[in-house]
Amino acid sequence: MAKFTTLTSHAVPLPADNVDTDQIIPARFLKVTDKHGLGDSLFCDWRYLKDGSPNPDFVLNEPASQGAQILIAGDNFGSGSSREHAPWALVGWGFRAIISTSFADIFKSNSLKNGLLPVEVSPEVHRQLMQAVNLDRTTKITIDLPTQSVTGLGSLEATFPIDEFSKHCLLEGIDQLGYLFSFDEQITNYEQQRT
Amino acid sequence: MEPRTLFQKVWDDHVVVQEPNRPAILYIDLHLIHEVTSPQAFTGLRERGIKVRRPDKTIATMDHSTPTDPRALMVIDDQAKVQLAMLESNCEEFGITCYPLGDSRNGIVHVIGPERGFTQPGKTIVCGDSHTSTHGAFGALAFGIGTSEVEHVLATQCLLQRKPKTLEVRIDGKLMPGVTAKDIILALCAKIGTGGATGHVIEYTGSAIERLDMDGRMTVCNMSIEAGARAGMIAPDETTFGYLVGREFAPKGADWDAAVERWKQLRTDEGASYDKTVTIDAHTLEPMITFGTNPGMGMQINESMPTADSFDDGSQKAAYEKAMRYMGLEPGRPLSGQKVDVVFIGSCTNSRISDLRMAAGVFSGRKVAEGVRTLIVPGSHDIKKQAEAEGLDRIFKEAGAEWREPGCSMCIAMNGDNLEPGQYAVSTSNRNFEGRQGKGGRTFLASPLTAAAAAITGQVTDPRSLLLS
Repeated sequence: MAKFTTLTSHAVPLPADNVDTDQIIPARFLKVTDKHGLGDSLFCDWRYLKDGSPNPDFVLNEPASQGAQILIAGDNFGSGSSREHAPWALVGWGFRAIISTSFADIFKSNSLKNGLLPVEVSPEVHRQLMQAVNLDRTTKITIDLPTQSVTGLGSLEATFPIDEFSKHCLLEGIDQLGYLFSFDEQITNYEQQRT
Repeated sequence: MEPRTLFQKVWDDHVVVQEPNRPAILYIDLHLIHEVTSPQAFTGLRERGIKVRRPDKTIATMDHSTPTDPRALMVIDDQAKVQLAMLESNCEEFGITCYPLGDSRNGIVHVIGPERGFTQPGKTIVCGDSHTSTHGAFGALAFGIGTSEVEHVLATQCLLQRKPKTLEVRIDGKLMPGVTAKDIILALCAKIGTGGATGHVIEYTGSAIERLDMDGRMTVCNMSIEAGARAGMIAPDETTFGYLVGREFAPKGADWDAAVERWKQLRTDEGASYDKTVTIDAHTLEPMITFGTNPGMGMQINESMPTADSFDDGSQKAAYEKAMRYMGLEPGRPLSGQKVDVVFIGSCTNSRISDLRMAAGVFSGRKVAEGVRTLIVPGSHDIKKQAEAEGLDRIFKEAGAEWREPGCSMCIAMNGDNLEPGQYAVSTSNRNFEGRQGKGGRTFLASPLTAAAAAITGQVTDPRSLLLS
């Protein structure tokens, strides 16, 4: 997994609440058998018009969004299906962090395993960030994982929660399966006790 | 010993290691896999050169991308064909039992798990599918996982899990005629919203839950995820044991007796506490229907949709107006009488024999309204056979409905069954998200009774008007 330490980037504002994983990546794209190439289908039904051309009204297609690595999304982002294709598509497009007031459980867990940082902030901080980015799309935001902080808008400095283990894995680029394997003996003991 | 909740008991029983400031290493008793969320996990195993630790605790089925058209079972697109073939070859390579398309034991993953007796009280059950919460109806701790976690379980039979909080949803009282398990869970989603149970495992308690049969309990637990919950659970009782006894993979003989004794302990102890409790009076529930683009946007079928001004919160108001635009509906109006184009009865929420019997009760002796396409999709081959033995298929066909092969069908719309842009559907499935049933399609979620009533009248209809006549 890619390491995550500090990220400074302009951001894409997507204010809608309850954006579900069917919007992030519709089910018809789930017939793939590898993880790559899903970035082109990210937010597909909002992003493209009927004839397949980019929808100029969708924020991701605006010139100001290009190259952004941070998405500022509405509340309860990533609800619905457990498809890991959702973070694969977001990472495939180029996002490394998502700022919201809350995330759906499975989406959050999947994101953390793909080097995509879910940044949970208070509604007030979220409002300030959204407002600043909407006013000036070149606004740079810095997300610093070691200090768990979001900075960038003058005096604004907010912190975000993350469990110690996920933080450790992101900072070091540690693969969780490798960690699980280190408990092989305990797992074997557990299996023997139960039979 | 401290009094414990049902969840706590199952959790404690499966913690292999709990180190400070680390997630627990949780042992998994049953891993269900399907074609959509497993290919990348097997690729991961192959790249690392590792085996599946417990193929004997892993079961595979094909359901999401399988066609349900009885006339054209082999006509599926090339990508789906590759995905299905890959599941079969992965299972062969790693020694996993697979129920492929066409196998008499094939069906929707959350239907065949219980049906074959794999799903049992007290087990930890996972699957790369959010509706794994279904299996909690048996007093199992069952939840959906992503593909990285599918790989973790295949490799180690364990998952790294942080302990969730608990939410008791207590539903006492008696349901009125025409009100079903689906209406209970849609009412809960409307009450607490799609994020209302985030971070929690729900335990459903109360006399209304105890009175439900297993099919109804599975419907309730299935949609726990639609309220944001990690899982939903119901304490096992005689209803549970009566369902499981004699099933193919349920314990037999003395093992059965011992298992039942063990399962009887899986109840929340007197004095144990939950982090939160929500109560619902079953007697006040009515048939429910959703009007918006998430399962929390629901109401009683004879109510009017909210006006935009009824939302104090600006972003909630904006979300509601966006949903109404997508749905092509006018806020403040009733939904009853709204014309529908398609009726879908099926999915891991409502494709079991009780659901089909309910629907058949409405279809019997009646005809589907002109211009309405009605799909009835049993959850498994066993259910299909049972329904045919009871003559339900004849009732459906004589009414003018399509009797299909088992599969996820129009719930996920990646298998040839989908809505056309702009079409309205009353569906017994679990999600009304934009495009969920096909790009541009518009979904009203409801019970099998309400869906059947819409098929007959061609519009959103209170099913009680047909039950009484």
